[in-house]
Amino acid sequence: MAFDEQYYNIGYLDRLSYADTFVHRLDPRIKLITSLLFLFTVISFPKYEVAALFPFFLFPAILLTAGEIPLWFIVKKVAIVSPFAIFIGIFNPLLDTAPVAVLPALTVAAGWFSFASILLKFILTVSTALLLIATTSFPTVCHALRQLGMPSLFVSQLLFLYRYIFVLAEETMRIVRARDMRSFGRKGTDVKVFVRIMGVLFLRTVERAERIYFAMLARGFQGDMPTGKHYSIATRDMIFAGSVVVCLFVFRFYPVSEILGRFFQELFL
Amino acid sequence: MHMADALLSPAVGATMWAGSLAALGYASKKLKETIDNKTIPLMGVMGAFIFAAQMINFTIPGTGSSGHLGGGMILAIMLGPYAAFLVLASVLTVQALFFADGGLLALGCNIWNLGIYPCFLAYPLIYKPIAGKGTSTRRLSIAAIVSALIALQLGAFSVVLETLLSGKSELPLDTFLLLMQPIHLAIGLVEGFVTAGIISYVQSARPEFLESNITSRPHAAGTPVKNILIVFAIITVITGGALSWFASTHPDGLEWSIEKITRKGELAQQTQGIAAALRKVQEKTAFLPDYNFPSTSPAAGKDGKPASWPQIEPGTSVAGIVGSAIVLGLIMLIGFGIKTFKKRQS
Repeated sequence: MAFDEQYYNIGYLDRLSYADTFVHRLDPRIKLITSLLFLFTVISFPKYEVAALFPFFLFPAILLTAGEIPLWFIVKKVAIVSPFAIFIGIFNPLLDTAPVAVLPALTVAAGWFSFASILLKFILTVSTALLLIATTSFPTVCHALRQLGMPSLFVSQLLFLYRYIFVLAEETMRIVRARDMRSFGRKGTDVKVFVRIMGVLFLRTVERAERIYFAMLARGFQGDMPTGKHYSIATRDMIFAGSVVVCLFVFRFYPVSEILGRFFQELFL
Repeated sequence: MHMADALLSPAVGATMWAGSLAALGYASKKLKETIDNKTIPLMGVMGAFIFAAQMINFTIPGTGSSGHLGGGMILAIMLGPYAAFLVLASVLTVQALFFADGGLLALGCNIWNLGIYPCFLAYPLIYKPIAGKGTSTRRLSIAAIVSALIALQLGAFSVVLETLLSGKSELPLDTFLLLMQPIHLAIGLVEGFVTAGIISYVQSARPEFLESNITSRPHAAGTPVKNILIVFAIITVITGGALSWFASTHPDGLEWSIEKITRKGELAQQTQGIAAALRKVQEKTAFLPDYNFPSTSPAAGKDGKPASWPQIEPGTSVAGIVGSAIVLGLIMLIGFGIKTFKKRQS
């Protein structure tokens, strides 16, 4: 069932994010900012750019290997969300048919280039976002956001949401299982039953919120969720940030793939 | 439908982020004035509720396909616009991070498309007037259906606009609209019916919840229209400012955006803003000036499609292909290197 899998995935990502590697130990603010910078640089390429995008795989590759994240997991998640980008991008080769000579004997529609560019950008951006959360626990990301000036109310909202996703997901899983066992074929899964289930779940949620509130009051809640941990930017964070910025700069302004390609061409051909 | 990073240009992404951040800041500030501490846990758990709701699929009558709940309108109705906006933004953030739905740069767009419209447009301007005092179940249901429908249509329309302004897709405006709007009409109808169903269920099971919500919340009961207009004024100024910053290096910003929509000056986008600034640095620093950078000449965009593709000599693209393969190989080598190094260490 898709639902179980999704739930399992959050739990799995959560578990991955508490590992202790070089990438995990980096300051969350640095990781967040460098990731955003990376995404921004990738997106800033013109729409027909393909070759210059390949060097950028270095960044996710380092996060993946140094952070000890299983490759298949990231690949699977990227594949699951790919339909929208493919759906929009696939029209490019059909609509943009200006011929482009790739090899002396091979001519393709320009649209294929922009389609390939969209796909590459998609893989790069999605995998980096996933790797960011796989190497940084969500509460840590939230604290980083707060330190970077996000409204504290929004940050507590994120923390609350994250905490109760797991609780409600388990409850929902029980409800869905019960419904599926009672509905043979697809008879019991129509909108009417769904609305009823949602109504019940909604009221249970509201009641749970009340209980949580009282429990929090008993523990001295005054409207804010303070952070226990303080992060400081160490030398290794600065080195990491510096090298990422330099790499991004070089990859953005010099056609690294092409330079290497020419070099090898002259060497062997 | 979630916007994706890969379809965005930096200018559009940054502008939408600016708008969404401004709205987030404003909503948090507004909420801080009126909130009682009890609402904070309620908001958090309601966000989780939306997730739970999206996890239960149901069969749509007549089609046999299955649907999910989006949840924007139900939050706005139950929590009021400001709290609902924060909850929705947090749900979208978690979706972007954990499910890779959309992306981090597109998150600004998604918060705008799926949050602003239901909370700050559909709720005060459509739902409130139709629902009235909130005692008649029929009026509540009609209000929920109509507002959910319109909010989703606006969201889908924004996805189209953002994609077109980014200029990464070749789809012309009319085809794209024809693809997006009818699909979202159907989705919006289902969403509306489900929202209406949940509201009428809650009204019959625990009427006091809806009543207390409608009467006790000053931002829901008072005259929110004025506040909303202020929000929109602020957002417009910020968005306009950001846009004009991007457009100012181009002689005529408006002409540029119209050209974009009509697909005449496809690569005109590269002649201003960040891309242009980046390219200036690029031109100065390029140590191999004979490389063909795509679309370096601003004139390329003027005479339409054929020129929009930079003249690439086969030699250059062969170099590109060979180079890409080498780069990928190198990266894989680096990856394996780190992996084996790690294994040896442990």
